Amino acid sequence: MSDFKSNNKVVNWIEERLPIFSMMQHSAIEYPTPRNLNYWWNFGSLAAVMLIIMILTGLFLAMNYSSHTSLAFDSVERIMRDVNYGWLLRYLHANGASMFFILVYIHIFRGLYYGSYKAPREILWFVGIAIFLAMMATGFMGYVLPWGQMSFWGATVITNLFSAFPVVGDYIVTLLWGGFSVDNPTLNRFFALHFLLPFVIVGLVVVHVWALHTVKSNNPLGIDMKGPQDSIPFHPFYTIKDLYGIGLFLMFYMAFVFWAPNFFGEPDNYIPANPMVTPPHIVPEWYYLPFYAILRAFTFDLPFLPAKLQGVLAMFSAILILFALPWLDSSKVRSAKFRPLYRQFFWLFFVDCMVLGYVGGKPAEGILIKIGQFCTAYYFAHFLLILPLLSRIEKPKPLPASIAQPVVKAAALVAMIMVGLAGFGGEAQASSAGMPEFKKPATAFSWEGVFGKHDKASLKRGWQVFHDVCANCHAMKLVSYRNLADIGFTEDEIKAFAAEKEVPDQPNDEGVVNNRPARPSDKIVPPFANDKAAAAANGGALPPDLSLMNKARPSGPYYVYSLMLGYEDAAPEGHPIPEGKFFNHYFPGNAISMPSPVMDDIVSYADGTKATKEQVAYDIVTFLNWAAEPELDARKSMGVKVMVFLGVLTALMYALKRQIWKDVH
Amino acid sequence: MADQAHNAQPSSVDGQTRRDFLLYATSAVGAVGTGLALWPFVHSMNPAADTLALSTTDVDISAIKPGQSVTVVWRGKPVFIRHREPEEIAEAGKVALADLREPQTDADRAKKPEWLILIGVCTHLGCVPLGQKPADPKGEFGGWFCPCHGSHYDTSGRIRKGPAPANLPVPPYQFTTDTTVRIG
Repeated sequence: MSDFKSNNKVVNWIEERLPIFSMMQHSAIEYPTPRNLNYWWNFGSLAAVMLIIMILTGLFLAMNYSSHTSLAFDSVERIMRDVNYGWLLRYLHANGASMFFILVYIHIFRGLYYGSYKAPREILWFVGIAIFLAMMATGFMGYVLPWGQMSFWGATVITNLFSAFPVVGDYIVTLLWGGFSVDNPTLNRFFALHFLLPFVIVGLVVVHVWALHTVKSNNPLGIDMKGPQDSIPFHPFYTIKDLYGIGLFLMFYMAFVFWAPNFFGEPDNYIPANPMVTPPHIVPEWYYLPFYAILRAFTFDLPFLPAKLQGVLAMFSAILILFALPWLDSSKVRSAKFRPLYRQFFWLFFVDCMVLGYVGGKPAEGILIKIGQFCTAYYFAHFLLILPLLSRIEKPKPLPASIAQPVVKAAALVAMIMVGLAGFGGEAQASSAGMPEFKKPATAFSWEGVFGKHDKASLKRGWQVFHDVCANCHAMKLVSYRNLADIGFTEDEIKAFAAEKEVPDQPNDEGVVNNRPARPSDKIVPPFANDKAAAAANGGALPPDLSLMNKARPSGPYYVYSLMLGYEDAAPEGHPIPEGKFFNHYFPGNAISMPSPVMDDIVSYADGTKATKEQVAYDIVTFLNWAAEPELDARKSMGVKVMVFLGVLTALMYALKRQIWKDVH
Repeated sequence: MADQAHNAQPSSVDGQTRRDFLLYATSAVGAVGTGLALWPFVHSMNPAADTLALSTTDVDISAIKPGQSVTVVWRGKPVFIRHREPEEIAEAGKVALADLREPQTDADRAKKPEWLILIGVCTHLGCVPLGQKPADPKGEFGGWFCPCHGSHYDTSGRIRKGPAPANLPVPPYQFTTDTTVRIG
């Protein structure tokens, strides 16, 4: 069928044997595309770009990751601290997952609004749902890999969903786990599957695009292309428009990577997995929250259908019902533009999903339970009652004769929705109910803001406090002595710090293990041989490792600062504190085992700074922040350069797009 | 803005020039950006900071008697430490440089003649040559013999016969005390 001709003999030689050039010409260059696509049609190609970024970053992360329960957490931290640009790869990947879902959710709602699921695009729609399902599975298993507390408990809760099925449920769960709890076999298989599934998604995307090119793109008017006047070739018109969209999107994405890399994450996932302790408030990643809310909405047992099974079935149905959508909505008119009633119900449904997401991120208590149940009922009513009814009673507006008319620009709306969705992620954060507002230092922490950096002088003072005070009870196992070079200590000073402690040497020729002085390449030596010894020496309460403390608590730096200064000499009236504990306003439950660690002049600063307790707290928080995010200075300075670059590139692409499109508009 | 562009009605030649300029500028900036973005991926495969920090090994050599060898690990590779006997040193010293594939004097290869320190990796394709244990074959020149493809090294660890192109390399080292050597 090829009308492809080239002047290049090599190209012709290849073309005769493998018609790859005519295929590209046919499906990427000449491919007739409706001339009126608005910016909502950018999200498909954006999602494809995101998939490529995820596979690339994931591949290089996998080269440094260990999928064993005893190594996984530390190997991720090694990526963050020691692997060249490892922090960048990991933050691109972790935030990329959220970006991918933002893009795909917009893509899905675009399809819902403009009726892209209707004939002849049903199979295109089905493949899209399959991609969405594969993404959910991939995202879930990927979140397990860092082996933090949320990883572990997320894996436990989600795999336990399958136990709801009668008779076979428990067998399925045991099979998923490869044991009697989420453990090493589970982690190993999740890693293998997390590596495989993205390539399955690539295959599905190929089928998705194949189906698309067979039936051609829908468009904002929802009417068919009737001739050449309605279409334009994909290249250069939509290649440049897609590229411009990619530029805008990358800036949005990079803002999170460089300045709020843990915005979508949970602080609890910086605590290593502990099968003995569930965090007080566990939530899935934000992109599962609406479905999580549906899962929790069922609380009444029915005969043969316990509440647990109802919830699980409803959650799966909430996605699977999308397969029936082309028949549930039998209106012949595709675009909501010409369906006055459907348009209103579309937005109601959109709000319903948002509210479900909000409810899913909050503890299941009080009025939220009722709201979640109402929204769940509405979710299904939308598909099973409203849509079938609308198709019968709605009087659509007259459709235009053809689509050759001005294109609607919606860039501002896109930006608005993206920001809105980002806020949605923020809502998913656990609330810290019942705690007073955190104290703030008189001068803001130096590393905050777009250009913020860790203050070297404060870091050195903070190390002194850690070394003289904190390190008597607390470990900092993820930081090595050599890392102290980052905060301005000389090689000799670092050697001296290391040599204060001893570590077990290699067995000598007689097989005896002797101690040797620690070296700069060793991790900071913990004060106790193991956790049991540490707990025993501290009244039964294990002093937590401080390596990641600033990232492992909501608003970490402010939490630690407030905790340092939040002690009362005597417990206030009505707040009895057990023997041997101390009262702290900011510690969950108020009864803390650690005695007040800071007081005026607890250290004598080498640089002569007056060691008020506020100053000491400020310095230790600065030092802990560096320990948790040693890449922060490099990250922010790279972020500024990346943003300037993307700004220039995007401006150029916009200008080029204007130039290319000026005769079409 | 859009209206202005239409009203201005640039001649098609000017429009084409402007479009070409934008196309080349955008492509160039985009290509540079893509290139720069690839670097973190490539560099992530280079040795990480913790790997680089483990680049020295201290060895106590007080217990190694003349004629004995020990093998220690440095950067994940075997390092041969041989306490040479006088005849081995003499043997290594009297070879004519012209007979060597990679001419090096024995004095250039050992800071103290009695201590020969080598990276124990055959320069052919990376196997560990035999010759550390008393019962091992030592090759035709009394040093080391690589069983993989038959390379013979002399008592200074220099290649004398077989496919290997170069002598066994000498790692950086220094004697921190009379009985301790730091490799790396």
